[in-house]
Amino acid sequence: MMNRVTLRKTVISCALLAAALLFAVVFMSLLGSEPLPVRSSLCALASFGSTSCGLTSDQFDILFQIRLPRIVLAAAVGGSLATAGAGYQALLRNPLAEPYLLGISNGAAVGTMIALVFFGANEWTRPLLAFTGALLATLAVYRLARGRAGATPERLILAGVIVTTFLSSVIVFVTTLMDATRIRSFTFWLLGDLSGTSKAMLPVTIIIAIAGALTLTLNARSLNLLMLGERDAFDLGVEVGRVRVVVFLVASLLVGSSVAASGSVGYVGLVVPHLARLSLGSDNRISIPAAALGGAVFVIVADTIARTVIAPRELPVGAITALIGAPLFIYLLKRA
Amino acid sequence: MLDARDLTIAYDHRIAVADITLSLKPGEITAIIGPNGAGKSTLLKSLNSQVSPSSGSILLDGQPLERLNRRTISRRIAVVAQEAELRFPVTVLEFVLGGRFAWATNAGWGWETEHDLQIADAVLRETELSELSGRLMNELSGGERQRALMARALATEAPILLLDEPTANLDLSHQATLLALVRNRCDRKEAAALVVTHDINLAAQFADNLILMKQGRAVHTGTPEQVLQPQILQDVFEVTVLVDAHPVTGGPRVTPVHDTYRHS
Repeated sequence: MMNRVTLRKTVISCALLAAALLFAVVFMSLLGSEPLPVRSSLCALASFGSTSCGLTSDQFDILFQIRLPRIVLAAAVGGSLATAGAGYQALLRNPLAEPYLLGISNGAAVGTMIALVFFGANEWTRPLLAFTGALLATLAVYRLARGRAGATPERLILAGVIVTTFLSSVIVFVTTLMDATRIRSFTFWLLGDLSGTSKAMLPVTIIIAIAGALTLTLNARSLNLLMLGERDAFDLGVEVGRVRVVVFLVASLLVGSSVAASGSVGYVGLVVPHLARLSLGSDNRISIPAAALGGAVFVIVADTIARTVIAPRELPVGAITALIGAPLFIYLLKRA
Repeated sequence: MLDARDLTIAYDHRIAVADITLSLKPGEITAIIGPNGAGKSTLLKSLNSQVSPSSGSILLDGQPLERLNRRTISRRIAVVAQEAELRFPVTVLEFVLGGRFAWATNAGWGWETEHDLQIADAVLRETELSELSGRLMNELSGGERQRALMARALATEAPILLLDEPTANLDLSHQATLLALVRNRCDRKEAAALVVTHDINLAAQFADNLILMKQGRAVHTGTPEQVLQPQILQDVFEVTVLVDAHPVTGGPRVTPVHDTYRHS
């Protein structure tokens, strides 16, 4: 029957995406400005860091201390942003909702900046304040976007523009308080940059990404009904208030932790859930886990491009995702 | 099944519904009619606990509505309101299966059971949508979409149906088909239905009881014959009406007579 088919479809597509993710982690770690011997690197990766595979200690450090953490972080950030995007889309009943375009990433950025400027030493205040910033920005957008007829696409995008520009000026204001050397690295970070991450952030970001994707997947049936309108969902038995709070918190947490780790990587939350729905349908039980895995692959690939295309110099990964995302956004807007 | 007593609902200091008492019984269709802004839709929302009353009580199978959780209510009461928002591509079958949500043992990530699918199949046949089950909702015509809304409400298997202007977007033949479906449900499954409508003649044809509302109050209640009298309607709607016998059913038929016609 049909439900067996969809269940099988979910399992197969998620298994394929997980395989793609593993493939991306392994092979993208071989690419970079410093070439690594393929066979020895694969041997070292397959044996989880065995030193007897014939890598020099420099090559070993490049692989395990620089590339692999960065790739794993890219996966966590991509998974977080794609899941958050899918969550916002269901909550706001709008396929164009995206954390970066709605100004939510900017909210998280302001939070991170405040943490950096005032509590610089403490690693934990960054994700915490980023989460608070994302949550406040989400609430602002939600309130501004809700008209009598729900959040129409035009209204939502306008609300996003207002929140984005307001928070951008806050960011500019805080930036001018910094010294000149910090400004440059900071501007890079704002555009989305995975190069400067500390290892301490890595476990937090991974845990939040996995927990967030699981929580939203476990609310997928409610989100399916919520996408058709809050009144309909309520009538059919969804505890709309509770689900709304869960999505608000989880999506803000996901955006907060990924912005704290890597700045504002834009358009991931738009491109990936859209592709997931296009290929697998609108059912969130499939599209949310698929988007989480697909987002991880997407950002790994985008970051590999960013660090190899003009090697040894690097581009911010946000520039690559925006180059892919902006044309898709225009296409979606024309169809909406 | 559903009993409301002395229901009063105030919105921002304005009284929308005042002292309404009504009772929905198995097998009966009750229609609420009245001018715009009479509080009809607000009353309907309160019966589904979407709006809480300022005073009065609502009992669902003898239990106070406000003490029941959302899913319990949704298993007993189904709503057909105006059109859903369709910004995401959803197939007709997926849409109708939404009606099974309240019955899911695993409301989080669970999948529809064989039983859910059989019910969806049956209601799609009942609403003549079987052929379209794989189509996307936003590719359907207005009438087909309205039937899909009806199918989803029937899929909940709730014995109480609340319908808010269910025929607003439908042409003549589909209006009758939809209400015949409700009539059929009520007769066969001992269901009860409450219909808010502007169409007095449709109400007269399908309803067992009428509630005529004006400014939040039920000014007249009773059978269509008792309520649909020229003087009553004239007072409520402030328009001259002609009431005669429907040539086929024999029930009352209401025709507004506008002043311009009378003077010419």
